[in-house]
Amino acid sequence: MSRPALQVSALDGHYGDAQALAGVSLTIEAGSFVSVIGANGAGKTTLIRTIAGMLKPTRGEILYRGRRIDGLDPADICELGILQVPEGRLIFPSLTVAENLDIGGSLRRTRARRRQNMADVFEMFPRLAERRRQKAGTLSGGEQQMLAIGRCLMGEPDLVMLDEPSLGLAPNLADEMFEIVGWLHREGRTILLVEQNVEECLARSDRAYVMENGRIVLEGRGAELMADDRLRAAYLGL
Amino acid sequence: MVELYLKVAAGGLLIGTVYALIAIGLTIIFGVMRVVNFAHGEMVVMGMYLGYALWTLFAIPAIPAALIAAVVLFGLGVFLQVTVVSRFVGRPQHSQFILFIAFALVITGLHLMLMGPDARSVMAPISFQTYSVGGLRLDAARVQAAATALVMILALVAFLRFTFIGRAIRAAADNPLGAEVVGIRSGRVYAVTAGIGLACAGAAGALVSPLFDAQPFLAPEFTLLAFIIVIIGGLGSLTGALIGGLLIGVAEGFAALLINPAMKSMFSYGLLIAVLLLRPAGLFGGREAR
Amino acid sequence: MVRRERKRTGRPRGVVAATAFFCALFLVPHLLDDAWVAVLTLVLFFAFVGQAWNLMMGHVGLLSLGHALFLGIGGYTTAVLLQDYGMTPWIGIPAGALVAAMVGAGIAWLGFRFSVRGVYFALLTIAFAEFFRILFSNWPLIGGTGGYFLRVVPEDNVPLLSLRGGADHFYYLFFVLFLVGLIVSARLVRGRIGMFWSAIREDEDAARALGVRSFRLKVLVVAVSAAMTACGGGAFALMNGSLFPNTLMGMQMSIQIILAPIIGGLGTLFGPFVGAVFVVLVLEFSRDLGQTAGVYGLSTLIYGLTVLGVILYMPEGIWPRLVRLAQPLRRDR
Repeated sequence: MSRPALQVSALDGHYGDAQALAGVSLTIEAGSFVSVIGANGAGKTTLIRTIAGMLKPTRGEILYRGRRIDGLDPADICELGILQVPEGRLIFPSLTVAENLDIGGSLRRTRARRRQNMADVFEMFPRLAERRRQKAGTLSGGEQQMLAIGRCLMGEPDLVMLDEPSLGLAPNLADEMFEIVGWLHREGRTILLVEQNVEECLARSDRAYVMENGRIVLEGRGAELMADDRLRAAYLGL
Repeated sequence: MVELYLKVAAGGLLIGTVYALIAIGLTIIFGVMRVVNFAHGEMVVMGMYLGYALWTLFAIPAIPAALIAAVVLFGLGVFLQVTVVSRFVGRPQHSQFILFIAFALVITGLHLMLMGPDARSVMAPISFQTYSVGGLRLDAARVQAAATALVMILALVAFLRFTFIGRAIRAAADNPLGAEVVGIRSGRVYAVTAGIGLACAGAAGALVSPLFDAQPFLAPEFTLLAFIIVIIGGLGSLTGALIGGLLIGVAEGFAALLINPAMKSMFSYGLLIAVLLLRPAGLFGGREAR
Repeated sequence: MVRRERKRTGRPRGVVAATAFFCALFLVPHLLDDAWVAVLTLVLFFAFVGQAWNLMMGHVGLLSLGHALFLGIGGYTTAVLLQDYGMTPWIGIPAGALVAAMVGAGIAWLGFRFSVRGVYFALLTIAFAEFFRILFSNWPLIGGTGGYFLRVVPEDNVPLLSLRGGADHFYYLFFVLFLVGLIVSARLVRGRIGMFWSAIREDEDAARALGVRSFRLKVLVVAVSAAMTACGGGAFALMNGSLFPNTLMGMQMSIQIILAPIIGGLGTLFGPFVGAVFVVLVLEFSRDLGQTAGVYGLSTLIYGLTVLGVILYMPEGIWPRLVRLAQPLRRDR
């Protein structure tokens, strides 16, 4: 078995005195598609932020390709090839589309190839190319989401963590989003997808984890979980 | 009569440009770090003293002195940010306020110790020269100060648009969390921002040293002036600080002329109150008033 | 930052300590010489006024950086009513408090009505304070920048009636104010109103959703804080015999007012006193040092460095830090 790309062991995370993550353990094999699902407040975003280095875990460890990364600066973790498409997109509204992408590509390891990467992103998202000089704040929700993904791609990520990319998007756009995520996976990247939209997730995932109140309560292969009765009752309303 | 008004307006625009430079320093610090530099005026006065010292000791005129002051204060800003202010970024506002008051006290103390309480005037030939522009006589020192300030402001704008760290600063101001997400190192960004903020104040101080006498007690006035401009223009907006500076420069000139000069500040404060109540985001502040 | 000091088990200890403390304060003029009495009078003044400011900030979370305004209103009202209208300060001081309460309520009303928050609210208080300071400076009726002077007390002065007397007298005046201020604050903070204030400080929207009339309560705290401060201002005016708008109502004074409670410990009852002791002592010490060294500005430098040190290493304040040091065996933090 190839060494897992990401290994999270017994992670605890706190906001002040409130515990947000409790004993979270998960494994992401290189090149696989892993989903984390759960309701609002289950701790999914906290998990992603902790992996990204924005929050320091109070216990446990995170290994990437065998190296410990918990406790590292977020910027260092980006340089290792772990990038986010964060919840709420978090693009820079008063910067232009091109500038947003440029910043995404300004990591040390990708700086030299910025131009080429930006051309690739524009080819993939022609709508962004049309609006390259527009301020990002004027873009629609779907376009901002594309921008967030494009910005992430500029950093040449190996592991892409997406936090609710379909949130707030119309159904056809949400579908497009999942298509893109699928494409990212097929191109060889490791995907960690956090979602509330359970069906789409499970259908594409190699492995999935269900979180509740900061803990992992269920895990298994995507297809298995789709058939799991508890899950179906809780999340699919069946 | 018209000539008098024109002169006052022109003088106001000129000094307003320098005020704008001061305000830009304040607004960039707030826009990026959400920290209010209540010791900003002390930094301006430091620039004034530097201008005075460079002239008296080395006969360096205001413009090169302003560049030197900018460099010195840039260094000071980086130093203070990295050593002390960085620990205060999450702290409550009153704590931050006291921190900057402490800075102000320390700097004023040093000024008093090194320079004494008496006013220090720069007696340079330029203080007495005038230019004749379209029939108006304008102080040469004012014109040069305004021109230099404008050049510095444009240089700053270019820096923010075209350099990587400039873009990183704008990104951090736009969305601090987003900046973390894309791997911008906030420590570096904040240090440079603090440096730039103080450099603006120091350069402006050196530019006005031929115009006003350097005194430690001018500092609170400069701080409040910078605040008024920044609020009116919009916290975090460079354009706002520029326009605000020009506006206040002209408004104060006319207020001094038409109303009792001692009360011209009252007009500015009244304006500040009105803006805070009615449009706290200021003229150009897009962001919601926090 | 409010810690309701529920000294359940320590209650008898706390009460004894407090009583001892107040007795000690009471006996000061009999035990120490005039110089010390004067210093401690100043301490009590800043403790009292700091406590007033603390009501707004520590308990409701409203930052006022222009509090010297109320000092000035109280001082000038009391002085003018005494000097030009012959009214005793027993009426003058409450009158000043009333005026200050109205002005404070007015500013608060405007601020809250227009949703001025956070740093903008603080700047609003500065703007109003400066506006009025300049106004008072240019008001001939009260002497403007030249100052307003109270006539010297006549030979047959009865301190209790005129509220003016010697050093001891003013010590007790401020002692009483401090004590009354503490009692009033404690009653308010520990009562229903205090509970609502805390709720507003923690999460105003949640409080309002529960029916708490936050607007009124916020205006109330500002009015009470202003009134208390004005009483301090009135007493201060009587003690000094002269008022100058630039010192009494300036930014420097506003800063001094808030230094004590912030350094001493926000939201605690004894924080402002401890902070006032610290602030006044450091000021005196640094002034002495500066004078003996003969270096102008040294006092300001030392003062600034000390404040810097405290705010860096004791962010919650001196009093909470002392409390923690003295009780290492307590279970909670």
